[in-house]
Amino acid sequence: MSEMKFTEAHDWVRPEGDDVATVGITDYAQEQLGDVVFVELPGVGTEVGQGGDAAVVESVKAASEVHAPVSGTVTEANDALADNPVRVNEDPTGDGWFFKLKMSDPSELDDLMDEDAYKTYIAGLE
Amino acid sequence: MADQQHSPIKHTQLYDLHVELGARMVPFAGYQMPVQYPGGIIAEHNHTRAKAGLFDVSHMGQVRLVGDDAAVALESLVPVDIVGLDAGRQRYALFTNDAGGILDDLMVTNAGDHLFVVVNAACKDADIAHMRRHLGGRCDVEPLDDRALLALQGPAAAAVMARLAPATADLVFMSAARIDIDGIDCFVSRSGYTGEDGFEISLPGHAALALAHTLLAHDEVSPIGLGARDTLRLEAGLCLYGHDIDATTTPVEGRLAWALSKARRAGGARPGGYPGADVIMGQIAGGATRKRVGLRPEGRAPVREGARLLDENGNQTGVVTSGGFAATVGGPVAMGYVAAGDAEVGRRLQAEVRGKLLPVTVAKLPFVEQRYYRG
Repeated sequence: MSEMKFTEAHDWVRPEGDDVATVGITDYAQEQLGDVVFVELPGVGTEVGQGGDAAVVESVKAASEVHAPVSGTVTEANDALADNPVRVNEDPTGDGWFFKLKMSDPSELDDLMDEDAYKTYIAGLE
Repeated sequence: MADQQHSPIKHTQLYDLHVELGARMVPFAGYQMPVQYPGGIIAEHNHTRAKAGLFDVSHMGQVRLVGDDAAVALESLVPVDIVGLDAGRQRYALFTNDAGGILDDLMVTNAGDHLFVVVNAACKDADIAHMRRHLGGRCDVEPLDDRALLALQGPAAAAVMARLAPATADLVFMSAARIDIDGIDCFVSRSGYTGEDGFEISLPGHAALALAHTLLAHDEVSPIGLGARDTLRLEAGLCLYGHDIDATTTPVEGRLAWALSKARRAGGARPGGYPGADVIMGQIAGGATRKRVGLRPEGRAPVREGARLLDENGNQTGVVTSGGFAATVGGPVAMGYVAAGDAEVGRRLQAEVRGKLLPVTVAKLPFVEQRYYRG
């Protein structure tokens, strides 16, 4: 069972096997954002670098950049979010996933926090 | 958190209540204000249009103008008929500058023995100074720092208010009266900033918490934050000062010529006599070169303030001044200024969002039907 990793910007990445990983935003992020009204996802084939722009999530009040937690090439975008952006609020780590990518350097995952470290991190933000 | 003058951030009389209700508080115009409660902005927006939302707008400026000449004096600052405003009636007004631009938008009510003025929180200090500078000597300018202001808006507001004070049922849109609510001496007007029927209640600050609790105890009433206040007014096509109107926009450009009273126009009983009258009267006669319009983006992506507006040939025609997601409409809406030639409803334009050009169409304002109670 592959482990979810987390960034300080409240993104998660979950390796799915074959160097493919799914990316989304955390429950903490969706709560901070409020109602999500629109998500702009990268096209299939887009190359993203770790920390670089990957997606945009729009809440009622503002647009927020989502950065790629790891580098790679986008293989799939969650098109269901186009009609139902609220899934990001309702199920941020499940149905609310943003995109999948083929990682170019899986060792980048080691830079990121595991679940316990992330829980500690967000506890410190309150 | 401190404002630009390094004075400590202010709280309204309902600050503790907002925190108790789980509000997310943000600084706004020098006050810590609730932007939303736990249910979120969309839920609050929908609730207001379905039932009744309670807004704390005590951060706004409430001012009394006292003296026999108060109405005549105020007319020297606004292109509106105040002298002819009957007791118990309220009017939307604009402070103008010498270029015909707008210094603030405000509500003026003839309260019988004084004029009751409500101005935007962000302009409160400047507006009071403006009135003192130009009116002081002709009438007393009395800021009402110890009063609170609550707004109850939505189709259920009238029923709630009638339960508490039957006299409120006699008010129609833009009328006001001094009414006792639960033993509190309130000044109530039937108006608001949402496009819905509703009331604004001015009351002594020390009674605000009690009245808020009383109103919230009614099933139909929920607390609403500034986030939903903004989405509601945008959907209703109402301007937000500092965004849709400012010192560089005239009332004619801002599509607010309806507020320029006949009595103050050329041929009226008291034409001109306010700052920028020549510019404004010139535009009333000859039109303005740009106009505020409503905009409907074609897709689902919001188009927000600051986005450039281009015509079909890619030439810039204007800019977005307000935009976001409109929950009742069910999609993004915006307002902005475009060249007069592009201001026709149905005109297809493009909005630049994150380097991409998104199709938008000029739309009629308001985006939802206004449901004011006219009796």
